[in-house]
Amino acid sequence: MSMNTQGRPTGIGTVGTGASGSALIPDEPLLFEIGDTEHSGVDLPEVELSSDRLGGFGRKTKLDLAGLTEPEAMRHYVRLSRMNHSIDSGMYPLGSCTMKHNPRLNEKMARLPGFSDIHPLQPVSTVQGALELMNELSYWLMTLTNTAAVALSPKAGAHGELLGMMAIKAAQEAKGEAHRTIVLVPESAHGTNPATAAFIGYSVKPVPAKADGTVDVEAVKAALSPEVAAIMLTNPNTCGLFEPQVIEIAKAVHDAGAFFYCDGANFNAIMGVVRPGDLGIDAMHINLHKTFSTPHGGGGPGAGPVVLSAALAPFAPVPFVRKAESGLELVEHVEEQALGRVTAFHGQMGMYVRALTYMLSHGADGLAQAAQDAVLNANYVKARLEHLFSVPFPDYPTMHEALFDDSFLKDTGVTTLDFAKALIDEGFHPMTMYFPLVVHGAMLIEPTESESKQTLDRFCDVMAELATDAKEGNSERFTAAPMKAPRRRLDETRAARQPILKWEKPAGTLKAAE
Amino acid sequence: MTTKFTPDHEYIVVDGANGTVGISNYAQEQLGDIVFVELPAVGKVLKKGDEAAVVESVKAASEIYAPVSGTVTEVNEALNGEPGLINSDPEAGGWIFKIAITDAGELDGLLDDAGYADLTK
Amino acid sequence: MRYLPHSQHERDEMLGVIGASDIDALFSAVPKSALKSFTLDLPAHSPEFLVEAHLRALANKNHAAGDGPFFVGAGAYRHHVPATVDHLIQRSEWLTAYTPYQPEISQGTLQMLFEFQTQVAKITGMDVANASLYDGSTGTAEAVLMARRLTRKNKVVLSGGLHPHYRDVVKAYLKDDPDLVCLSPSPEGQGDVLEHIDGNTAAIVIQTPDFYGHLRDLKNAAEAAHAQGALLIVVITEVVSLGVLEAPGALGADIVVCEGQSIGNALNFGGPYLGLMATRKEFIRQMPGRLCGETVDADGNRGFVLTLSTREQHIRREKATSNICTNSGLCALAFSIHMSLLGEAGFVRLARLNHANAILLADALAAVPGVEVLNKTFFNEMTIRVTQPAASVVERLAQRGILAGVPASRLLPGEEGVENLIILAATELTTDADIAALAAALTEELA
Repeated sequence: MSMNTQGRPTGIGTVGTGASGSALIPDEPLLFEIGDTEHSGVDLPEVELSSDRLGGFGRKTKLDLAGLTEPEAMRHYVRLSRMNHSIDSGMYPLGSCTMKHNPRLNEKMARLPGFSDIHPLQPVSTVQGALELMNELSYWLMTLTNTAAVALSPKAGAHGELLGMMAIKAAQEAKGEAHRTIVLVPESAHGTNPATAAFIGYSVKPVPAKADGTVDVEAVKAALSPEVAAIMLTNPNTCGLFEPQVIEIAKAVHDAGAFFYCDGANFNAIMGVVRPGDLGIDAMHINLHKTFSTPHGGGGPGAGPVVLSAALAPFAPVPFVRKAESGLELVEHVEEQALGRVTAFHGQMGMYVRALTYMLSHGADGLAQAAQDAVLNANYVKARLEHLFSVPFPDYPTMHEALFDDSFLKDTGVTTLDFAKALIDEGFHPMTMYFPLVVHGAMLIEPTESESKQTLDRFCDVMAELATDAKEGNSERFTAAPMKAPRRRLDETRAARQPILKWEKPAGTLKAAE
Repeated sequence: MTTKFTPDHEYIVVDGANGTVGISNYAQEQLGDIVFVELPAVGKVLKKGDEAAVVESVKAASEIYAPVSGTVTEVNEALNGEPGLINSDPEAGGWIFKIAITDAGELDGLLDDAGYADLTK
Repeated sequence: MRYLPHSQHERDEMLGVIGASDIDALFSAVPKSALKSFTLDLPAHSPEFLVEAHLRALANKNHAAGDGPFFVGAGAYRHHVPATVDHLIQRSEWLTAYTPYQPEISQGTLQMLFEFQTQVAKITGMDVANASLYDGSTGTAEAVLMARRLTRKNKVVLSGGLHPHYRDVVKAYLKDDPDLVCLSPSPEGQGDVLEHIDGNTAAIVIQTPDFYGHLRDLKNAAEAAHAQGALLIVVITEVVSLGVLEAPGALGADIVVCEGQSIGNALNFGGPYLGLMATRKEFIRQMPGRLCGETVDADGNRGFVLTLSTREQHIRREKATSNICTNSGLCALAFSIHMSLLGEAGFVRLARLNHANAILLADALAAVPGVEVLNKTFFNEMTIRVTQPAASVVERLAQRGILAGVPASRLLPGEEGVENLIILAATELTTDADIAALAAALTEELA
């Protein structure tokens, strides 16, 4: 049996208050428990359809969709929103997620009708400004990474990975090297990396990490063979470390006829300071929703443009923007093009606008400063806490994330999960837990550049106090946490054993209207 | 009947040429609450070490490997409705599949009670 | 820099605590040759008003849909989005939250997703829906892969009425797969899939209304597919149509994929949009994407969590159902708020209004000399054949301020028989004056 464990099941706490819902921590019924099929928050005329053109395919079954009037809807969604933690309400130090400030100018610009109210298939002559914006964003991304091309269209980081690996596969096939079927993935990689490689038919070969948390160039060389198509490496890596031998790794990979896919999830640590193209990468996705602050929105939408080296540029998918005599043209088809298209239309325009706004606001100097502040903040957290917490990889300064393991909790009866839940009661969002998988009970803290010194100090004070408390044996504060959130710990076992994935009308409560 | 263990925490209860396979009590404790079991198809031919089933807890998915080569003769349908049997009764009611053993010699390479107890100390 | 809180004094103080001489000391693992070894040909930071001026200038070069008569559809539709929707989704607690991995402090997002899943299940008539995918096109590719996993068969048949971009995405995901059968475009709405179903078929993919606006017979298709042990995947690019068209679930669909943009989301030049996916209960373990489920907390209060996550990449890694991670959370929120505001009464009225306007458009176009309307059935979109190459006609109308639809040849370059076809849509925003302006201009251009 293999144990492929990311987190541990949530236990159920024992201390119950029974309290639920107050003016400030609301408890909100489901939409279907408030609304009904007759209420509506829009005024639309009822039209006569004397002769429809539905050809007999008209609806016969009831929709049974609950509606709300506008004031009811406003209150429902405002009350729901107040059960969420957000960057704007408190620090959100989720490692590998880059939860930085989301400037509202970005939102304002994305809503200009010239961007939000244009159709992807209206004549190209009527959207020249949009193409110019895509061109300008491409220029920024290529310049910051020193690469030859960029494919903008992927919808998120994992989608960008998919495109990048498809381009690598196409390039290997074009070289007559279709027999290369193995992709090397370090053990510390994001789960999306092996998932992506497998998704397009590669077999995944793990590469072990060294004891210092970095990838061993010798291990890579030993794993390389004429069957290897590519390596997928995150740099800075998921332990928050810059791979010191990255240039040697790139050279070894290229010498073996393979390509270097870099997972750019952690680009925030180096933007404007290090150009990945100088390190020898062939493809790298950039999460615009992380590095360039297009908001996470409770889980998307993201955007994952992929920069490509000159070797991979010919394998970029459609569409792309090209200069022509009459202005900018949008290339939507290429004959015999290897890859084709990975999404309908042209990708996440709304995110392009936000990202470019963010870049223009910062400028090259501001982006470099942001990266350096992100690294400064992570090192500051590490420096302030390393006497109480255990640092698995002390040999290098960390980049934009501080990583601790759970050995400081040994024999306390407190787990990483408990510790994280106790942070909630102190007003902080927990750090990333149990990732990277190579570290036992990992706690990965990414403060980002957006946090002030005062906030970092408060966070470190709370962390220190919690660590001291755990070591002193006050475990109930942890195992029962959170106590002050809208909900106590939730029973995930129950949710998974008998999944309830939608609301069903309780039996015996049919309303007269139906 | 004798019970043997793999270093990957599967057990096999051997009764002549037939074996009953599940995961050890130690393994279920490590995994926590089991929420789903993906059972093999009856009639499936397995080589020793092949992936035979998947056991899922809330946040982990663990492959169950065939401890010996053979053909699946029966699966524990009760786990479909009640996967928690693996937690409550791993080495009896929580069995996963039965296998017709093709090479009894492979059993010799497995751990006995004492050997497995040493491993999980 | 207005977004960076530290003063230089504070930075120095922090470096002191760290014990680093300067910031470069923290980058000591970076090879010397790569650290700040370049000058970037990019501008320096800029005040808000200058950034705004730059972007406004770009935006002003575009012809917005609201600037004149507008009939463009073909997979993205211009509908009215209530002001409430955009106000609510910009609330900090929605906009600046992450994926709800800590359920105790993410109940807002989680309950919303549970409501969203319920709404999607109801409009499609299916048992369960996921918490959204990137968009309809990638959702279609995911559905095809899901059907292969479920049936353990490989052959997949894509109807010629499927949106060409969707077809291209499936082709990219299934690169060079000999078991993928893509049928020729069927602008007349002729049924084309059934004769290709055989015992090796995993799924057939049918869009309705199809790319050309025709309504397709799902019931027949489901019966034919099921007779051979194949699944019916239904694709819907105009989700408003479900207000008046029978739910695919009631007609035998096994997987339904919709582009959900029409509800709550602006055109945005093609993205971000949101993919809806719904299926039968027994298929959920092979469904990609996040799922939200109901449970209780330690005090016994109802709450919601992400569940069945062992299907996902962060746990299954190379054995995951899909590599999808981030999805379309905020777009799903916009969809759900708009759908709540509509309710059954509003959703049905909205759909009827769309259909009524499309009838007016079809009748007006049919009266223009040189125009043939190909559709006998439609919801809010139709295809016309004109007497000249469509791309040129559409371009000339655009010069007159009328965005008259999509030339089919733009999505099907080099394809025979589509050069003179234009696909046009009407929505609740289409006015009688818009239709009159189009008909008059088209009459002149085709004269």
